[in-house]
Amino acid sequence: MHAILDSLAMIGVSYIMGFLFYGFYRQLNARVQRRWGPSIWQNFFDNMKFFFKSETLVHGPMFFFGPMIIMAGAFTTVLFVPFLKDSNWLQGYSQYGNLILIIYLLVVGPLGNALAVGSSGNPFGVMGVTRGLTRLMGLEVPFFLGLGLVMLQHETTSVHAIMAAQDGLAHWGIVTNPIAFCVILLPFIASQNGSPFDVVGAPVEVYAGPRVEFGGRLLGVLMTQNMMMSIAKLVLVTDLFLGGATNILVLILKAFALFVLTTAVSMVFPRLRTEQAVDFFWKVPLGLGVLGVILTVWLPWSA
Amino acid sequence: MYHKTQREGFQCEGSQCEQALLETGSPVDEARQGVLDQLVSWMRKRSLFVLAYGTGCGAIEMRPLMTSRFDAERFGIIGAATPRQADVLVISGYLAIKTLKRVIRSYEQMQEPKYVIALGSCTINGGMYWDSYNTVKQVDRYLPVDIFINGCMPRPEALIEGFVALQERIARGEKGGFHRYRENIDWYKANQRRVLGDQMPPAYTYDWYHAGGAA
Repeated sequence: MHAILDSLAMIGVSYIMGFLFYGFYRQLNARVQRRWGPSIWQNFFDNMKFFFKSETLVHGPMFFFGPMIIMAGAFTTVLFVPFLKDSNWLQGYSQYGNLILIIYLLVVGPLGNALAVGSSGNPFGVMGVTRGLTRLMGLEVPFFLGLGLVMLQHETTSVHAIMAAQDGLAHWGIVTNPIAFCVILLPFIASQNGSPFDVVGAPVEVYAGPRVEFGGRLLGVLMTQNMMMSIAKLVLVTDLFLGGATNILVLILKAFALFVLTTAVSMVFPRLRTEQAVDFFWKVPLGLGVLGVILTVWLPWSA
Repeated sequence: MYHKTQREGFQCEGSQCEQALLETGSPVDEARQGVLDQLVSWMRKRSLFVLAYGTGCGAIEMRPLMTSRFDAERFGIIGAATPRQADVLVISGYLAIKTLKRVIRSYEQMQEPKYVIALGSCTINGGMYWDSYNTVKQVDRYLPVDIFINGCMPRPEALIEGFVALQERIARGEKGGFHRYRENIDWYKANQRRVLGDQMPPAYTYDWYHAGGAA
C-alpha cells in the first residue's frame, strides 16, 4: 500500500514540478525578450488540451506503442530516482536499483521515439530522429563518464549511499568533485533539449523534429513524459552533486536552482548544428572528463 | 454565412423567416455544458496552437503578432510547426486556386477541435482580387471559417481581437466550424470540386468525416 501511494506521489510530484518549471521557463524567456509571456500554468493547459483532442491518425501499431514505451521509460526512471534522503516517502523503488540501472533507463526514451517515428514514415520525423541519435552519440559518452567519475569518487553505484556521503555543504559533490559536475552539466542541458543543443526539436527548421507526425493525445503523452523525465534528471543531478534533499521544499529549491543555471546557459547561446554539437561534446566535456579520470585515478593525492 | 442550412433559411419570406430562426434557437442556448466540459473548454481556450498559412500579404501581420511587440503568447497563442499539432488555421490573405488545395489538405490533417480564422478582405469577398480569374473569392464556401477579421490589412490589434473573440466562443462551448464541415461535408466538397475539378486532394484526408460512407 505504501509503495503504491509513494509511486503515485512521485509521479504526481514530478508532473507538477515539470509543468511549473517549464511554465517558469517560458515566462522567464519572455521577460528576457521584453514581453509578458504566458501564465505559469501554460504548459499544463497545453498538455490537458492535447489530452482532450481527437486522434485520427493510423500509422500501424508501433506508432501507438512508441509513445507508450517512452512514457513507461519516464515513469520507471522517476520511480528509480530517490527524491528525498532519510525519508520513507518519495523513494519509489530506488532501493532496488542503482545508478547503472538509471543510465539504462535514460536510453529508453530515444529508443521508443525512433521506433514510433520510423513507422510514421514522415521524412521530417526521420530527419529529427537521425539528428537525435547523432547527438546522443555525442552527449552520452561525456555524460556517462561524468557519472562514472561520481561512482568512482564514492566507490558505490547506489544513489542513496552517494547522497548519504554528502552530509554538509563542504561534502557536496559540486564542491568535492567540481570536474565531474562540469563534465555532466553540458550533456545534461543537451539531454533536456536545452538551447545550444536543441537541434533535435529545432522548430522552424525540421518541423518539430521527431514529433512532427504526432498531434492530439499521443502528443499529450509525449509532452507529459518530457516534463517528468526532465524532473527525474534534475533530481538525479541534485542527488549526486547538491547533496540531495531531506524534504520536498529543499528538493524543489535545489532542483530549481539547477534548472535556472541550465536555463541561463540556454538563453544566452544559440543553436548549434548537429555536427558542431557532437564536435563540441567530444572535445570539451569529454576532454575534461578524461582529465578528471586522470586526476581521480592515477595521481598520487587521489588515493 | 453561406453554408447550406442557413442559405436555405434565407429563401423564406419576412416574418415567416424570423419565426423559423427563432424556433431553431440561438447557438448560445445550444451550448450548455457540464462542469467537465466547461473545464476542458477553458483549457482549450487558454492554449491555441496556430498554423499560419501565409500565402497573401496578410502573413506580414502575423510576425509582429507572434513576436515581442504584440506577444500573442500571453494569450496562450503560439505557432505550431505542423498541421497535426495545430488548433487554429489562420488563412492570411487571398487564396489562389492552387493554394486552396494545400489549405484544404492542411485543414483536414488537423486534429479536432480545430478552428479557422480568415484574415483580410480577400478572404471575405476577394478584396482587391475581386475580378481575378484564379483567386478564391469567398473562403467560407470551401472551408468552415470561424472568425473573419476584415481589413486590408488588419493590424495585429485587430488580430488579437479576433483571437479573443474565438477564445470566448470556445469558452462558451459553441459548435466550432469543424462541426459544420462534418455536417455539410458534401456541400463543401461539391464547392471544392467546382473550382478544383480533377485536382481535388486525395480522399483519405477527409474520409473520417463520413461515418462509413464512400468519400
